[in-house]
Amino acid sequence: MQATIIEAINDALHEEMASDDRTVVFGEDVAESGGVFRATEGLLEEFGGDRVLDTPLSEIAIVGAAIGLAAHGYRPVAEIQFSGFLPPAFDQLVTNASRIRWRTRGEITAPMTVRTPYGAGVRALEHHSESLEAAYGHLPGLKVAIPSTPADAKGMLTSAIRDPDPVLFMEPKHVYRSFRDEVPEGEHTIPLGEAAVRQAGRDVTVIAWGAMMHNTLEALAELPDVDAEVIDLRSISPLDRETVVESVKKTGRCVVVHEAAKTGGFAGELIATINDEALAYLEAPVRRVTGFDTPVPLLSMEDYYIPHPPRIEEAIAETVEY
Amino acid sequence: MNEQSRPESPGSTDADVAAVSERDVDVATHRVVDADGSVVAPDAVPDLADDRFLDLYRWMVLQRTFDERATKLQRRGLLGTYASGRGQEASIIGSAFALTDDDWIFPYGREAGALLMHGLSMRDLLLYWRGIEDASRMENANVFGFAISIGSHIPVATGTAWGQQLDDEDAISFVNLGDGATSTGAFHEGINFAGVLGVPAVFFTQNNQYAISMPFEEQTAADTVAQKAIAYGMDGIRVDGNDVLAVYNAVATARERALAGEPVLIEAVTYRRAAHTTSDDPTRYRADEEVEEWERRDPVERYRSFLRERGLLEAVDEEAITEEVNELFDEAVAAADAYPERDVAELFRYVHAEPTPELERQLEEFRDLLERRPEMHEFIEHRPKG
Repeated sequence: MQATIIEAINDALHEEMASDDRTVVFGEDVAESGGVFRATEGLLEEFGGDRVLDTPLSEIAIVGAAIGLAAHGYRPVAEIQFSGFLPPAFDQLVTNASRIRWRTRGEITAPMTVRTPYGAGVRALEHHSESLEAAYGHLPGLKVAIPSTPADAKGMLTSAIRDPDPVLFMEPKHVYRSFRDEVPEGEHTIPLGEAAVRQAGRDVTVIAWGAMMHNTLEALAELPDVDAEVIDLRSISPLDRETVVESVKKTGRCVVVHEAAKTGGFAGELIATINDEALAYLEAPVRRVTGFDTPVPLLSMEDYYIPHPPRIEEAIAETVEY
Repeated sequence: MNEQSRPESPGSTDADVAAVSERDVDVATHRVVDADGSVVAPDAVPDLADDRFLDLYRWMVLQRTFDERATKLQRRGLLGTYASGRGQEASIIGSAFALTDDDWIFPYGREAGALLMHGLSMRDLLLYWRGIEDASRMENANVFGFAISIGSHIPVATGTAWGQQLDDEDAISFVNLGDGATSTGAFHEGINFAGVLGVPAVFFTQNNQYAISMPFEEQTAADTVAQKAIAYGMDGIRVDGNDVLAVYNAVATARERALAGEPVLIEAVTYRRAAHTTSDDPTRYRADEEVEEWERRDPVERYRSFLRERGLLEAVDEEAITEEVNELFDEAVAAADAYPERDVAELFRYVHAEPTPELERQLEEFRDLLERRPEMHEFIEHRPKG
């Protein structure tokens, strides 16, 4: 079927709730109104109020309760309405979710999923546009997944829900509805921790994820002479080091694109990995194209912040010519 | 120890175990003017000069007009997402009327009239909703900036109130919040801290019955917000939030207590008649009959009835007020439209007191790119002017 990312997410939720009656969905405005982005539309009608719940405005309690519910054998899929509202619950992710298996030596685990739309570009209010994947990826024990296509959104969310460990599932809301693509019907899983090679190439490796995957492909369309290998990272944690390293060994050049601020961003981890395992193969310094080291601006200037195709194009061209 | 040292099933006992229950707490609702406009508490009518009574009315009309016109601007693409205060005019205006310019207001988004009364320019308020950061300076007004992350401002207000107390100021921190915010961790920590410190803070909850789609009954199992004050050792006041005079009384009283070192939690019971924001569709989660029911409790109409009964309504030139407010709005839109072109340097200027070398480098690189690659501007979407 042809679907947008948001429809694919909705489809995955329907499938997983139907196949496992211990899967429950909750969060602010997810039941009655179907979620502010309509990701949970129709679930209340199909599965009822015991399994699809609107919660009070309590991010700490939503994530904390998901941990407890998961520890009790349920498969919670909690929604945090915008990733900018996740920081209050950071404590629960750090203190409980990410380390409960480790702390109890495997006695208690938290097979839970926290879904949250992230990223800029939808003209939202303050605190609605953050990209803090590097911060969450820094927590040992927490998986962080970011799809960029409808098929991956369905397959990766299904895997996240079935995963025996806690998964933060970050959804690129800028491309929620911007295009449709083929999505397999019925059961469809994509393993977490595996990057996808979107296109093979020899000149340069370009790594991106989420909405920036699309800006990257747009930038490459302007560079017909560059034979780029494009990697959609898909999982921030666990990180698919092998795909990254093998590609860079082949091309000798690399550009990393992300929307989050530059300093301390996840590109730093990728470049360190490349230095560890493929330094001798490099023919140019690894470039990164990122947001600036500023908060995401309010709507009138947020497009200045987002790494749009010309910025990506410049970095790729410079890296190839280096 | 025995192999079995406790009963197989806890069961119940006949012991009379004392408990405290919300049923034991009588949370009265302060009201001056009834829904039909009649004065139910003549002694409670604030001792205000006639022209102050008329000022209150003018501000309520201004709040309503601002919301209507801002919503229209948003629909025409000339404003970003907007949060209307429609239906909450008595809470917004009655509370601000009881403050002084020295008090700090911590807004949550819907209280346009309160901020304008506090000295903020209408142009800047429009610029804010156009997503222009400069407006967040809140020039000429002790306004802390909007708390878009719900409840996040509550502990901050406690800190400002603490500073006011340390500096022995004759001023308070006045915190606007919604019923949704009372479920956040920040609310409980912030208000508890204020109680412990005994700071001059007033926590003003506009219980407008909905946090986006969540009705108050599902937001909390408590009957009222006001009763929550007791848990933190402070006084709670519950007031009819559609009765502007009652709200004024409640806030004036709370302000006095706060100045004496007793922070207060107020619950103004009102109703959000508009959508949560212009991005929301309330028909998905609430019934028309309910909205109509609250339309009959309209705060502006109720206050008009009071003015009529008081013999003041004939002094009101309705047309002149509407015309004046619309003119102010037109001028503010024109001033917002004339706001100078923005420069990318602005993005980097306020991150630290002194820009770091890395920030300077990022700015220089970006400027260079914008000059060399003019098509970059194709990716910069058309936004509300500013």
